[in-house]
Amino acid sequence: MTDQPLLSVRGLTKHYGPRLGCADIGFDLDEGEVLAVVGESGSGKSTLLSCLSTELAPTAGTVRYRMRDGVTRDVFSLSEAERRVLMRTDWGFIRQDAAQGLRMGVSAGGNVGERQMAVGARHYGQIRATALDWLNKVEIEVDRVDDAPKTFSGGMRQRLQIARNLVTQPRLVLMDEPTSGLDVSVQARLLDLIRGLVSELGLAVIIVTHDLAVARLLSHRVLVMRGGRAVETGLTDQVLDDPREAYTQLLVSSVLAA
Amino acid sequence: MTPLVRLDAVSKTFILHLRGEARLEVVRDVSLAAHPGECVVLGGPSGAGKSSLLKMIFGNYRCDAGRILVRDGDALVDVAAAEPRRILALRRTTLGYVSQFLRVIPRVGALDIVTAAGREGGLAPDAARARAQELLERLNVPARLWSLPPATFSGGEQQRVNIARGFVAERPVLLLDEPTASLDAKNRAVVVELIAAKKAAGTAIIGIFHDEDVREAVADTVVDVTHFAAKAAA
Repeated sequence: MTDQPLLSVRGLTKHYGPRLGCADIGFDLDEGEVLAVVGESGSGKSTLLSCLSTELAPTAGTVRYRMRDGVTRDVFSLSEAERRVLMRTDWGFIRQDAAQGLRMGVSAGGNVGERQMAVGARHYGQIRATALDWLNKVEIEVDRVDDAPKTFSGGMRQRLQIARNLVTQPRLVLMDEPTSGLDVSVQARLLDLIRGLVSELGLAVIIVTHDLAVARLLSHRVLVMRGGRAVETGLTDQVLDDPREAYTQLLVSSVLAA
Repeated sequence: MTPLVRLDAVSKTFILHLRGEARLEVVRDVSLAAHPGECVVLGGPSGAGKSSLLKMIFGNYRCDAGRILVRDGDALVDVAAAEPRRILALRRTTLGYVSQFLRVIPRVGALDIVTAAGREGGLAPDAARARAQELLERLNVPARLWSLPPATFSGGEQQRVNIARGFVAERPVLLLDEPTASLDAKNRAVVVELIAAKKAAGTAIIGIFHDEDVREAVADTVVDVTHFAAKAAA
């Protein structure tokens, strides 16, 4: 083991012209740690995630990652090709809208197989066997392997997206509101699945959510954002049970108990 | 003998920003220590800050001033200043906590909840399960309930699942927030036995017990939490 964190973010800032996306965000993440980024829409949490995933170039700041070879590098200093390989293998990105994270016209098996081929798998039988194994893990009937996700329900699409991302055994997974927009029963099943996989695989996760219950269920630490800035951060149960900042107190007191 | 837990002039005030910055003083200048095999009972009237103090030791509530030192093997960790990941590690290895109300992951059965707590506390899978079954049985939770999530259980049944969860692993420090509040005499007696066994094994216990008879049976030291505030004010 090394003393270096898996991911180290410092001073991450993004301006859209004169408008602020996020400002001066910093945190470290270790293997097996789940960080929830919470805040209302417009708080900058999705901008932060887009910068972390290198889809947006930040205006300032660094995102350093300890690669599989043990060398820590700034992901923005990687070549385009290196970055692409990293995103396809060691990182996963589960998006709120599965249609953006999946190839909707390609079969479920193909969606999972594609990521395997990106890490060099070539044996068709093995790719298919692994794909079937993963469909089974995410509770998709294996007889749907040849169907395209456009014929799937919202919950199934999300589960397929999880399989597609996790098949390459990534160490860091970014999740953007993975359960929003789903029926509560579907959401519950998906959360149980994510919780199980995260602890079983020891994943490091950054999950963006506006749902404090999701943050409590899944995360160890929470980062509260407002207006692009981090207003409060700490142990999840501490921040939610003893919120210090006015904005966090407002968020926590605004939750409806069912 | 060095204590497993030591509080040094611990203070806390809630500031309610949404209520005109109202300030609620919870505790002031509390100092106490719990040694291996000792049960320290927190006394004082309702609202004196006893539960808050336990939550602060567990790292669930923040501490504004003072130190909360917990011994973790050879290390001494100040919960009041520790990083989140240090507190989480401390909870796995050292700090057990039975809260006043059961708060668990939804949709998980009672036996699995207790087993998972044992696993987290370092027990092997089979040992965790066996110990979980033994405790649920001892606490008279009917076996037909074991596979069900406790959300629908009675208050007393939930509390007994909660106690089993807190007692399943061998942690050096155990924090108990009114574990016997909603239990009948028979189950209260079981909890008293369980606490005695932990003490005999060298566990340091800090607890809140409203039942006079339970308190009599388990307490080695009683610390009146209000006493500190009064002294500080004088």
